[in-house]
Amino acid sequence: MKEKMTLILFSGNLDKALAGFNLATAAASMEIEVVIFFTFWGLNILRKEKKVSPTKGFKRKMFGMINKGGTDNLPLSRFHMSGIGTKMMKQLMKEMKSPTLLELMKLAKSLGVKFVACTTTMGMMGLTKDDLIPEVDALAGAATYLTDARQSKINLFL
Amino acid sequence: MIKANAELDCLGLYCPMPIAKTAEKMRELKPGEVLEILADDEGIKNDMPAWCQATGNELISIEEESGKYRILIRKKGG
Repeated sequence: MKEKMTLILFSGNLDKALAGFNLATAAASMEIEVVIFFTFWGLNILRKEKKVSPTKGFKRKMFGMINKGGTDNLPLSRFHMSGIGTKMMKQLMKEMKSPTLLELMKLAKSLGVKFVACTTTMGMMGLTKDDLIPEVDALAGAATYLTDARQSKINLFL
Repeated sequence: MIKANAELDCLGLYCPMPIAKTAEKMRELKPGEVLEILADDEGIKNDMPAWCQATGNELISIEEESGKYRILIRKKGG
């Protein structure tokens, strides 16, 4: 049986997402079966730039105004500096010929990495399946994650 | 001297790209065929042996010359 690895992407920071996808693609290249579980701010990585579904309730609307989704809107965990630091980091990565987060995600997909979105966070943020990128394989909760995790030798939380 | 059946240029690329590209390229090769990889990220010295161990492909050699690495790998099952 193939070895398995799970990642929980809790953070919606660009640097942590890059680290997670770096590991996911390397693991998949080593013929390890990888599942990434996106929860809380990590769900922003799977979100489309624009919200498609109608947002219900004042609190969710307010929250949605400041909590932006999409790989282009993710801040760095340090030195974001209202976007200037993040922009510089992206330029530096481009000069280094490093793949963007989106490119790493596509590579991960082509290598068979599975993306699972947390339904509890979706409910909290007022997101539906239509608000997420089509590459999402499943919508699930903690029991699904734990079932995968107990079969995996490597389980990481980012 | 071992002759490579295919080549892969990973010069200028950092982790995890050389490993990911190697895995991708190896799919095109037949069992027993040899892939030559050129890379200049120093991490490859340890990463390529680790990748070969994990996947069961044979690491034939790693040669270093002025910061560049020439790696030969034989696809498993030949």
